[in-house]
Amino acid sequence: MLLVTKKFHNKSEFEFMKLFAARNDSFLSADANVELSTDKSGSSARKEPSGPRHASSFTPSPAAMQPTSLEQVQATAEPNPLKTCENLSTNCVMFLSSLGDGMNAYVAYKVSTRTSLPMFRSKVFSVRRRFSDFLGLYEKLSVKQSLHGCIIPPPPEKSVVGMTKVKVGMDDPSSVEFVERRRAALERYLQRVVSHPSLLQDPDVREFLEREDLPRAVNTQALSGAGFLKMINKASDAVNKMTIKMNESDTWFEDKFQEVENEEQQLRKLHVVVDSLVNHRKELCGNTAVFAKSLAMLGNSEDNTALSRALSQLAEVEDKMEQLHQEQAASDFFIFAELLGDYIRLLGAVRGCFDQRMRAWQRWQEAQSTLQKKREAEAKLLWANKPDKLQQAKEEITEWEARVTQYERDFDRIGMTVRKEVLRFEKEKAKDFKSQIIKYLEAMLQSQQRLIKFWEAFLPEAKAIA
Amino acid sequence: MSIIKPSFKNTGFNKLCLSYCQLRSVSVDLNHDASLLIDIPDALCERDKVKFTVHTKTTLSSFQKPDFSVPRQHEDFIWLHDTLVETEDYAGLIIPPAPPKPDFDSPREKMHKLGEGEATMTKEEYTKMKQELEAEYLAVFKKTVQVHEIFLQRLSSHPVLSKDRNFQIFLEYDQDLSVRRKNAKEMFGGFFKNMVKSADEVLISGVKEVDDFFEQEKTFLLDYYSKIKDSTAKAEKMTRAHKNIADDYIHISATLNSLAADDMTANKKNLEKLSDLFEKFRKVEGRVASDQDLKLTELLRYYMRDIQAAKDLLYRRARALADYENSNKALDKARLKSKDIPQAEEHQRQCLQKFDKLSESGKKELTSFKGRRVVAFRKNFIEMAELEIKHAKNSVTLLQGCIELLKSN
Repeated sequence: MLLVTKKFHNKSEFEFMKLFAARNDSFLSADANVELSTDKSGSSARKEPSGPRHASSFTPSPAAMQPTSLEQVQATAEPNPLKTCENLSTNCVMFLSSLGDGMNAYVAYKVSTRTSLPMFRSKVFSVRRRFSDFLGLYEKLSVKQSLHGCIIPPPPEKSVVGMTKVKVGMDDPSSVEFVERRRAALERYLQRVVSHPSLLQDPDVREFLEREDLPRAVNTQALSGAGFLKMINKASDAVNKMTIKMNESDTWFEDKFQEVENEEQQLRKLHVVVDSLVNHRKELCGNTAVFAKSLAMLGNSEDNTALSRALSQLAEVEDKMEQLHQEQAASDFFIFAELLGDYIRLLGAVRGCFDQRMRAWQRWQEAQSTLQKKREAEAKLLWANKPDKLQQAKEEITEWEARVTQYERDFDRIGMTVRKEVLRFEKEKAKDFKSQIIKYLEAMLQSQQRLIKFWEAFLPEAKAIA
Repeated sequence: MSIIKPSFKNTGFNKLCLSYCQLRSVSVDLNHDASLLIDIPDALCERDKVKFTVHTKTTLSSFQKPDFSVPRQHEDFIWLHDTLVETEDYAGLIIPPAPPKPDFDSPREKMHKLGEGEATMTKEEYTKMKQELEAEYLAVFKKTVQVHEIFLQRLSSHPVLSKDRNFQIFLEYDQDLSVRRKNAKEMFGGFFKNMVKSADEVLISGVKEVDDFFEQEKTFLLDYYSKIKDSTAKAEKMTRAHKNIADDYIHISATLNSLAADDMTANKKNLEKLSDLFEKFRKVEGRVASDQDLKLTELLRYYMRDIQAAKDLLYRRARALADYENSNKALDKARLKSKDIPQAEEHQRQCLQKFDKLSESGKKELTSFKGRRVVAFRKNFIEMAELEIKHAKNSVTLLQGCIELLKSN
C-alpha cells in the first residue's frame, strides 16, 4: 500500500486538494509515511505494511475514490508489484503540493524511498521533484542506455490542457482526476525504473531519488507524449530507409518485432473501447443521479403513504447506485485504461530498442564498407608507389579494423541484451497484467456485493407497500 | 418478407413468432374472469407492420364461438380505443389508454450502423453485436405485444366496457377491420377535438369544484402526471446507458480475444480469461438493462398514460359541470323572458343527471384506479429488486470464478 500525504506550505498556495480519499476515511498526520516492501522472493503478491512504524492501518481499496475537500487527506494507491532484484526493497511514494503563482505554478511531488541497499546514503529518505525532473531522468537514461539495448520505461505524457486547468486553480473534479492520474503514472514509472536491475545501478537514478536539489532539466519538450512517440517513429523510419537489408541468421528478432507491432496495435484498439466504456459509465452515473431526483419528486407527489415511502426508498437506492457507478468508472479508468496506456508506451520503447540494434548493425556495416574502401585506397597507393601516403593508409586500415571488430562486438552484445530485455519485459508484463486485472475484478466484485446489499435492503420496503 | 434494408441478407428477422410463455413478463392487470379470457399468443413482423393474433376464450353466449382467434393490426386497436372514448355512455369511465405504436426505429438504426461498420470488426465481434441487436429487437417486440394485450385485458375485465358492441366486433369479426376504421375525415375530427381539449385544460383549473374528492383528485393527478412523465424519460435514459455498457463489453471481449490469440507469452491465459469474463458479463449487463426497462421504465410509462386517461375523465366531468351551469343560466334567462321554460327545465334536468352520473361513476373509477396503481407498483418493484439481486449474484459468481482462475495460475 502506498500513501500520498498532503502538506500545506502556506496560505498563498492555491488549493486544489480534493484528493481522492480512502473510502474508509482513515487519516494520517502530515508527515507519516507508509512504505511497502515487495516480497524478496520475487513473487508479485502485495504485502501489507508492517506494524508499529505506521500511524494508522489501511485496508485495500480501489485506486481512485470519492473526492473530498478535507484538510488532512490521504489517498492510497495500489502499488505496482513489479519484481525487484533480490536484496532490494525500494519503492516510491508520491505526494503533491503546489508552489509558485499563476501560470508559473507547478506541482511538486514527494518521492519517498525506503531501501536496504548500501549504495544509498540512508535507509529512508524523500525528495521533491517536479514533472520535468521525471522527463529529465528519462532523457539522461535513454541517451546513456541507447547503445546497450535496454528497454527504458517511458514517462507519462505531458498535457498542456490538463496542467493549465490545474494552474488556473480550478477546483473541479476533472482537475483532481488529472493530478491523481499523473501522480499514479509517475509512481508506476519510477517503480518500473527501479525494478530494472541495470537502471537501478545507474548514478542518475540514484541522484534522482536521493539528491536534495536537482538541477532543472532542459530540453524536455521533445520527451513526452507525442514527442516521445515521434522520436521512436523517426528512428524506425531511419531504419526502414536503410539501403542494405539485414540478413538475419536468426528469425527471432524479426518475428518478435512483428509480434510487438501487432500487440501495440491491438492494445490501442482496446484502449479506445475501454475509453468508451469509461464514458458510458460516467453517462450512466449522471443519468442515474438525475433519475433518482426525479423519482424522489414522484414519491413526494404520491398520495398513498406506503407507496410514497417505497418510492423515496427506491430513489435512495438509485442514489447509492450512482455512487457505485462512479467508483466503477474510476476503476475502469485508473486500473484498466491506464494499464493499457502504460503498455502502449512501453511497447513503443521495446520497438525502440530493436531499432537500436539495427542502428548498431548499420554502424558495423558502414565501418566494414569504410574499411573496404581504405583497403582499396591502400592497394591503389601500392600500385602508384607513394610510400609516405602508404604508411598513413596502413594506419587507417588498422584503426578501422579495430572499429569493425568493436562494432561487431557491440552489435552482438546489443542483440543479447535485447533478447534478455524482451524476455524480462514479457515476464513482467504477464505479472503486471495479472495483478492489475485481479485488482480490477476485485473492485468490481466489491461493488456488486454492495449492490446486492442495497437491493436486499429495499426488498422489504417494496413488499410493505399496501 | 424482410423488415430491414436488403443489405442484410441473412438476418433471420423475416418472421418472429413468440410463444405464449415468453410474453407474460409484466402484466399489470390479469384477467381473472373466466367468462372472457383474451391473450395474444402470436405475433408476426411483416415489413413495418406487426400482425397480432388475438385469441379469445369465452363462456358468454353473446359470442358465436367459445374459442377463436383473429388477426389484428395496431390501427385496429386505435380504432377500438377511439370509438370507446367517443361513446357518451362511457364518459364516466377511465378508458384504458391506447397502446403506443410499435417502434422499431432504434434497433433498426443500430442494425444499419452495424452493417456499415462491419468491415472494422472481427467476424466474431460482428456476430455478437448482431445477436445483441436481435435480442433488442425481440425485446421491443415483446413490449409491444404485451402492451396491446394489456389493453384488451383491461377492457375484458371491466364490467361495463367488456360488454361493448365494438369490442365484441373487434374480437370476433373475422374479416379485415379497415373498412370500419377511421377514415381521414374522422381522424381529423379526432385531432381537432384533442386541440380543443388542451385549451380546455385551462378550463379545468378555472371551473369551481363542488366536490372535495374531485378537487383533491384534480390537484393530485395534474401534479403526479408531470412528475411521472419526467421520471419515465429519465428512466429511459438510464436504461439506454446500461445498454451502451453491455455493447462496450462485447467489443472489449472481442479485442481481448484477438490479443490473446496472438500472444505467445505467459500473458495469453490472463487475456483469455478476461475476455471470457467480459463475454459473460455483457449478457448479464444486457439483462439488467432489459429487466430495468420492463419493470421500471415500462411501468412508469404505462401509468403515465393511465393517468392521462384519468385526467380525461376529470375533463369530461368538468365539461358536464360547465354544461350544467350553463343550463342553469339558460333556465334563469328563460324564466325571466317567460319563454321556453319547459325545454330549459328539461335541459337542465338532463345536464344535472349526466353530471351526477359522471361524478358517481368517476369516483368509483378513480378509487379503483388508485388501488390498481399501488398493486402494480408493488408487484413490479418487488420483481425488479429480485432480478437486480439475481443478476448481481450471478456477476459475483462470475467474478469470483475468474479471480480464482487467475490467482491459481
